[in-house]
Amino acid sequence: MIYEPSTIAVVIFFLFVGVTLGISFWLGRKAQDSSGYFAAHGQIPWFVNGIAFAGDYLSAASFLGICGMIAFYGYDGFLYSIGYLAGWVVALFVVAEPMKRLGKFTFADALDAKFNSPGIKLAAGISTLAVSVFYLIPQMVGAGVLVQPLLGFDHWVGVVLVGTIVILIVVTAGMVSTTWVQFLKGSLLVIFSTILTVMILNRGFETPDKARSNLMGGAWVSESGIEGLEDVYFQKLIRSYEDTFGEFVEPEGDWKLHENLVRLRNRDTGKITVWGISWEQRTDKKYGVNLRPAQTVKVLEDGTQLVNGEPKGTKKGEPELDSIGLVTRLPNGKTSTGPVGPIEFFTILQESTVELWRSVVITEVDGSKLTVYYRKDTPGSEILRPGEHPKFKGIRGDEFLGKLNFLSLMLALFCGTASLPHILIRYYTVKDAAAARKSTIVGIAAIGFFYVLTLYLGLGAMTSGALDVTDSNMAAPLLARSIDERLFAAISAIAFTTVLGTVSGLILASAGAVTHDILTGYFKIEMDDAKKVRVAKIASVVVGTIAIVLGILFEGLNVSYLVGWAFSVAASANLPALIMILFWKGVTKEGVISAIVVGMVSSLTWILLSADSMSKIFGFTDHEGFVPFGQPGIVTIPLGFLTLVAVSKMTSKGETAA
Amino acid sequence: MGTRNARIGLILFFVYLALYVGFVFLSAFSPDTMEATPVAGINVAILYGFFLIISAIVLALIYGLVCDGNDAPGSAPTDVSSTGTEEGSK
Repeated sequence: MIYEPSTIAVVIFFLFVGVTLGISFWLGRKAQDSSGYFAAHGQIPWFVNGIAFAGDYLSAASFLGICGMIAFYGYDGFLYSIGYLAGWVVALFVVAEPMKRLGKFTFADALDAKFNSPGIKLAAGISTLAVSVFYLIPQMVGAGVLVQPLLGFDHWVGVVLVGTIVILIVVTAGMVSTTWVQFLKGSLLVIFSTILTVMILNRGFETPDKARSNLMGGAWVSESGIEGLEDVYFQKLIRSYEDTFGEFVEPEGDWKLHENLVRLRNRDTGKITVWGISWEQRTDKKYGVNLRPAQTVKVLEDGTQLVNGEPKGTKKGEPELDSIGLVTRLPNGKTSTGPVGPIEFFTILQESTVELWRSVVITEVDGSKLTVYYRKDTPGSEILRPGEHPKFKGIRGDEFLGKLNFLSLMLALFCGTASLPHILIRYYTVKDAAAARKSTIVGIAAIGFFYVLTLYLGLGAMTSGALDVTDSNMAAPLLARSIDERLFAAISAIAFTTVLGTVSGLILASAGAVTHDILTGYFKIEMDDAKKVRVAKIASVVVGTIAIVLGILFEGLNVSYLVGWAFSVAASANLPALIMILFWKGVTKEGVISAIVVGMVSSLTWILLSADSMSKIFGFTDHEGFVPFGQPGIVTIPLGFLTLVAVSKMTSKGETAA
Repeated sequence: MGTRNARIGLILFFVYLALYVGFVFLSAFSPDTMEATPVAGINVAILYGFFLIISAIVLALIYGLVCDGNDAPGSAPTDVSSTGTEEGSK
């Protein structure tokens, strides 16, 4: 799509970001010593800390990624919502209070409270760094994605912009202002998502004229079966449309593999267009065939993009991809529903048909690659069930490995939250265990409420007619734009501060790990308070710069999926040590260190060897990978526990647990 | 970990774990059940999903109401800042 910035949107955007940052700096201006820098003196009120939890946790992946996944595939994105929230139950009921009692600045403190071992500090510090950097990538990619449509900047400008602002926040004021950024952003995100949901319900559903006019072929077949029919009917259909749209181009090469796509050549201009064919059963014996235009993108060697065969324009009205997201049929033949209730919303959608888009990359005979986006009419009943997304398709199949992959992801999400270093450090910004508990409860309420809204936002975007077929991450902001330009600016600004809030938390957690755990704890470098803060600031700049570089490199990678991996690494490396220290007296320091190392290394290795990494990171398409499925959690989390128990048993001789 | 809060926490944790495991296993091994529409034309996937989110919030609130203010076990190292008690009132 072509994104043109509008003045009002830009003004609102900078107003939002400016005011949020201004307030945060003003409130955080006093934190200068290390306890203020890392833990805001433990003086953050519990309610503010609770909303800041939401602000910290509801990252770009939650807002942009989940909404986008729901908008493109339906219910599957909501599985992430459920898993992300479930993790908080572990955090509240098991980890929160002891965490607060045992630690001071970082979660390595809590692990190490019993042993005072430099090795534990080093291992926990490194795992904090690994998880944070992994988690930073999708946030930075999300930032680049956001700035593009709003301000018309390139992806890398967005990444650099976010990186710079975050480094500025973290370096000038540390945890206090980070907390306030997160508090404001958390509140704004929940409030505006609620407004957006109300507007979606108020708008209801309609089948736009566009949906009907796109149905080019709609003739009827009255046979009982579809077998053997396709060819005959297909030829008939094509002939009847040849005069209008052009002549049929015989499929060659890769095109033969895609029977649902045809190419037609215009007789006058010779221009070839691509069309999608879809069959639908109207009654028991009647089948309709729809022939509708597909959309294509080809990137030439010199970098120019061809959209539907023509160079992509830069202004409105020039060649670009159409926006997508239509309801093609509502129940009882209605064309619009008017305002709907929150329950009616699902009831109606369940009985409707929605036009989703799928894509395929075709290697043409000359070796060039063409991405074809084609329509797939999908009944509401399929949209509202799990298993439509390629990543979750396994649960609808018979293969056990596919189901295992799903279980593995859901386990990692469940165990991951309570192991995320940037969440754990927030337990040190309140004054006692009761405040830690209360703020977690506030956090769960705010986050849970938001996750309920994600389903409305995602499905609202799916039917908004405003989506960018090439980029699911843009679903939520584009949904807002389909309602109101100012709302779009506000939502984009909030999403941008969302990235800021989460990234600041991650960078602070990393800086804490470097300064407090690794340098002071392991290398025993003596530092006075001022020096500690200075070193932490330098570490922040370094980590921030690394994040900027990775954010640019990983452009286009699926944001929620990456976060799923970060959860796996966090859960595998940190959770076994955390849980066992709380519940088992036989833990030794060697056990803790080896569990962290084994959990971290095994989950990272698994991820790098998976089929997804092979195609998306290393560029080997169709490589099956060296591990049976993509999500490591179900193997590596138990492995961490086993390692801990085994090593503790071996090393416990002569040592008595405190 | 023998404190009252920790015990309550563990009980609530296992309640929620059972609900979550039920959801995950139903999705993985009986996807057709998730498609059924038992109430008001809404399918099990949505009903169960919303139920999980709401029960997390409800269990969290129950925990907050039932817990003591700061029942740190005497043996555990206590942070200097965690001696405040005014938050303990319910």
